[in-house]
Amino acid sequence: MRSSLRIGNGCGFWGDNVDAPIELARDGQLDYLTLEYLAELTMSILALLKQRDPTAGYAHDFLGVLKRLVPTLKAQPQLKITTNAGGMNPSACGKQARAILDQAGLNQYKVGIVTGDDLFPRLDELLAAGHPLTNLDTGEPLSKVRDKIVSANAYLGSQPIVEALQAGANIVITGRVADACLTVGPAVHEFGWKWNDWAKLSSATVAGHLIECGAQATGGLWELWDSTPDFANVGYPIADFTPNGDFVITKPKNSGGAVNRQTVAAQLLYEVNNPAAYYTPDVVSDFTSIAVNDLGQDRVQITNAQGQPAPEKLKVSIAYRDGFMSNGTLAIYGGNAAEKARKAGLVLLDRLKRAGFTYARTNIETIGAGSVVPLSPGGRGSGGEGEISEVLLRVTVHDQNKAAVERFTKEFAPLVTAGPPGTTGYTTGRPSVKEVFAYWPALIDRSAVQGKVAWE
Amino acid sequence: MSDTIPLGTIAHSRSGDKGNHANVAIIAFNQAGYDWIKQHVTVETVGNYFKNLGASKVERFEAANVWGLNFMLYDALAGGASRSLRIDTQGKALGQAVLAMQMPKPADLQTMTM
Repeated sequence: MRSSLRIGNGCGFWGDNVDAPIELARDGQLDYLTLEYLAELTMSILALLKQRDPTAGYAHDFLGVLKRLVPTLKAQPQLKITTNAGGMNPSACGKQARAILDQAGLNQYKVGIVTGDDLFPRLDELLAAGHPLTNLDTGEPLSKVRDKIVSANAYLGSQPIVEALQAGANIVITGRVADACLTVGPAVHEFGWKWNDWAKLSSATVAGHLIECGAQATGGLWELWDSTPDFANVGYPIADFTPNGDFVITKPKNSGGAVNRQTVAAQLLYEVNNPAAYYTPDVVSDFTSIAVNDLGQDRVQITNAQGQPAPEKLKVSIAYRDGFMSNGTLAIYGGNAAEKARKAGLVLLDRLKRAGFTYARTNIETIGAGSVVPLSPGGRGSGGEGEISEVLLRVTVHDQNKAAVERFTKEFAPLVTAGPPGTTGYTTGRPSVKEVFAYWPALIDRSAVQGKVAWE
Repeated sequence: MSDTIPLGTIAHSRSGDKGNHANVAIIAFNQAGYDWIKQHVTVETVGNYFKNLGASKVERFEAANVWGLNFMLYDALAGGASRSLRIDTQGKALGQAVLAMQMPKPADLQTMTM
């Protein structure tokens, strides 16, 4: 068995730094590169792309990254990649990856495709079979939104990733899997852990969680932003494992950013509910059990992770159509800027009302006067508005009626001449109208979902 | 005022979203600071500070191993990432906001700062 395993994450979300995976793979001395593309609602956008074009519906940024990785793959033939770039269409993504590899002369590379997460084609069958997919937050039945659903994906665990790696995959492309699985799968495969090694699975889950958001573990968002070394060249995170599951979080030598107790602690608790029970399909990980040892020189050691058996149910992420939204902005300058901005926002909505358009939800923000976090009066930034000499007015509306939202977008420009004095900043044209997809979290019995592996 | 301090004097933070819920993690710089925030930064303190967000419930979890308290603000994001009408759709700024919260000055403050 190998004595160490280095897994680095070069992408924290779709839209992240496109150079990071190239630099991390080049400089990180990695065994595995992970690339994470799917936020909670990314799948709904990908589902619509696939509806329009059956060969679309995946995170195509990955293909550009893969092309640029070719020289590194040739120099480091042992380097493997796990990614959820497959989105709603892992096999289409895999076909394109195959073509890139073949063109580069990497014909021997095996591309494993993980599917089985997409429950949308099976929804009625699942409902009929007694899987209610009740909203986890509100308790509402799925029938409430059944005809508006655009995507429904179960979060798969690490098992199909391990299956693909055991069969010789160099690159594993998945759809929806729990984010940490891109790290847990390689660790289970390389160290030969068992599926009831709860402590080891928990440790790898902690590692996957720590690195899944890229630079957030290595100095991004760190409180000491003004003393972060070489911020523009921030190194992406690496988990350097020993066979018992303990690991060190670090980053490539000569990269910027920082790895220390603070950057790791903040990321450990990022987007976590109960840190003593972090649920994934593989294990219930106890983040409060780990010992964190700052070794210095951008190395933080994690030991002693404990975990509980995997949950009986898997999480399902469902997206449904929920009308249309738009937001527009104007800069408002001069005395009483916040009050003037609020007035301008009210005038805008009043004009729309007189034209016959009202909205289910509206919001007026005065950015610069305490609107980013709307604290109570007297909270930071919300007092003394008359003193503030410039703010950004931002008005947002949401409604099921697209025509009403379209009309809204035409009401910003007139305020440049008809609004309060000091109104400016109308340079970006009319705001766009976005279709809204709402999020419906649910659970499903593990037995109803089967991860599968195919090849390209 | 000399008898209060911003929470950021003794802690750092990180915040984000889980659907329409926000989490705000407050992490002390050391053990002394953690012992103090564990006693003084409560569900009531944080819930009241953020009451304009309209959370349906506030819950606190302890992570003593990293000197952290994790607060869940349920239904606090005005719809969450895709539906929120706010510029901070995902609650990313809440962590910075909570560090500005004024707290009574601890008697042994110098043992808690970075």
